[in-house]
Amino acid sequence: MVTPDPTAAPSATSDVKLSVRNLTISYGEEAILRDVSLDVREHEIFGIIGPAGSGKTSFLRSLNRMDEVSDTMSVEGSVLFSGRDIHEVRNVYNLRQRIGVVFPLPVGLPLTIYENVALSPRLRGIRDKSTLDETVERCLTRAALWDEVKDRLDALGSLLSGGQQQRLTIARALSQDPELLLLDEFSIAVDPVTTMRIEDVLRDLKQEVTIIMVTNLVQQARRLADRTAFFLNGKLVEVGETEELFTGSVQDQRTRDYVEGRFG
Amino acid sequence: MFAASALNERNRRVEGIYKALFGLMTVLLVVPVLIILGVLIAKGGPAVSFEFLFTPPTDQGRQGGILMPLIGTIWLVVVALIASVPIGVAAAIYLSEYAPENWLTRLINLAIINLAGVPSIVHALFGVGAFVVFFEFGISILAASLTLAIMTLPVVIVATRESLQAVPMAFREACWNMGATRWQTIRKVVLPNAISGILTGVILEVSRSAGETAPIMFTGAVTFLPFLPTGVLEPTMAMSLHLFTISNSVPNMPDEIKYGTALVLISMVLIMNAASIAFRVYLRGKKKW
Repeated sequence: MVTPDPTAAPSATSDVKLSVRNLTISYGEEAILRDVSLDVREHEIFGIIGPAGSGKTSFLRSLNRMDEVSDTMSVEGSVLFSGRDIHEVRNVYNLRQRIGVVFPLPVGLPLTIYENVALSPRLRGIRDKSTLDETVERCLTRAALWDEVKDRLDALGSLLSGGQQQRLTIARALSQDPELLLLDEFSIAVDPVTTMRIEDVLRDLKQEVTIIMVTNLVQQARRLADRTAFFLNGKLVEVGETEELFTGSVQDQRTRDYVEGRFG
Repeated sequence: MFAASALNERNRRVEGIYKALFGLMTVLLVVPVLIILGVLIAKGGPAVSFEFLFTPPTDQGRQGGILMPLIGTIWLVVVALIASVPIGVAAAIYLSEYAPENWLTRLINLAIINLAGVPSIVHALFGVGAFVVFFEFGISILAASLTLAIMTLPVVIVATRESLQAVPMAFREACWNMGATRWQTIRKVVLPNAISGILTGVILEVSRSAGETAPIMFTGAVTFLPFLPTGVLEPTMAMSLHLFTISNSVPNMPDEIKYGTALVLISMVLIMNAASIAFRVYLRGKKKW
């Protein structure tokens, strides 16, 4: 149950994928997340829980520098991704390509199923048809969608059901060959059965990618996350092994109250 | 239990009054359009024929048809489209997709809205000074079309921007998150879903300029020419100015030719509008989200 010492040098050890130090996110004058420091290890599912408005989504946005497309959002502090300060990466497009993002409401782009998944490779300049075919099949398979759509890859992705679209967006994120996958409440628009399927997919995926998962469902964090952080009112309350968080050996009363459903 | 109270009764009466009032206003709106079309068809219809459309006007328009003004208006509109669409669409893409949300952008948007309100005669005088005199295009299709283009640019920009902004923001965010540049996002996702709306909106707006008289009468349209233009640096006749001239300045003008000319002009605009609306309805049926 150790929150990293904010004054310590960013960890550059090999098993730390993402190292966040003193991160403060503001919209205009108002800081909505203050002074967050945490490490995310390679090949873990890192859960983030906390009530609405605690800054979870903004935290994810800051990790692939999506704050830069907003006119009001600003970020201070440092984020080391694979040992490199993301704010010093000159090619922000390359940074974003290495970080896959899945949104709360599935965003099936108004393209065919095939093109949804082939878009990222195409953006990277891959034109070879057989490479694209292979990528599409691999990503759809890993997202547990291939069997349902393999006969209608030319259908529009945006016309799939909600649960299928969410798996399509996961496949699309995987087509980026990401090192880090950011999931923002991925199951909010998905039925429980599909949610369980996606959770299985994620458990497999963590062999290859590091996953940060924001969720409003405390039990989902418990099922999936290796370690979990609790955000409250724009502050990181604590980070710990998920089981410790849920079995009560937590330092902070507020965390205990939240995971036991006493407020929030 | 469901007996009407006094208040219910009153609400029902008021509801009826408002519904009737709004309905009446709608009827009032439609009536003038129907009268105009009805009169034009009744009085001008007999004059309109294949021959009328494709015969040169003679005797100052008292005889013959409307070939020169008809072809001239098509020239003017097409050249105006070629000039205004690329500029307007590019500017709208910048304003919608690239420009940061700040006071300068707001000022530019405000200026565009105000530009749409500039009277056409002012555009005409600007066109004379800029295109006829300064750029030395003379009284020509080019000068007149560029004047029309400048006059329609604001509506082209607004129509384009609306089509672009109808594409959900979530699509752009999804693309940016994948590492797409703004241009890649525009090209792969935004434009394919907006281009049809842009085209129909733009054609609709620019076709309206076919009926404009003031901007072309000092810059490129002349009252009478015995031949068709062969290039953009020549002057031309135009439907709107021709109608103005034969209605106003030619004595003993047969009524049916005036009405017939007006009918053809209004039909040109209506046909383009109808085509563009039909295209839009067709595309809405194919909408991808």
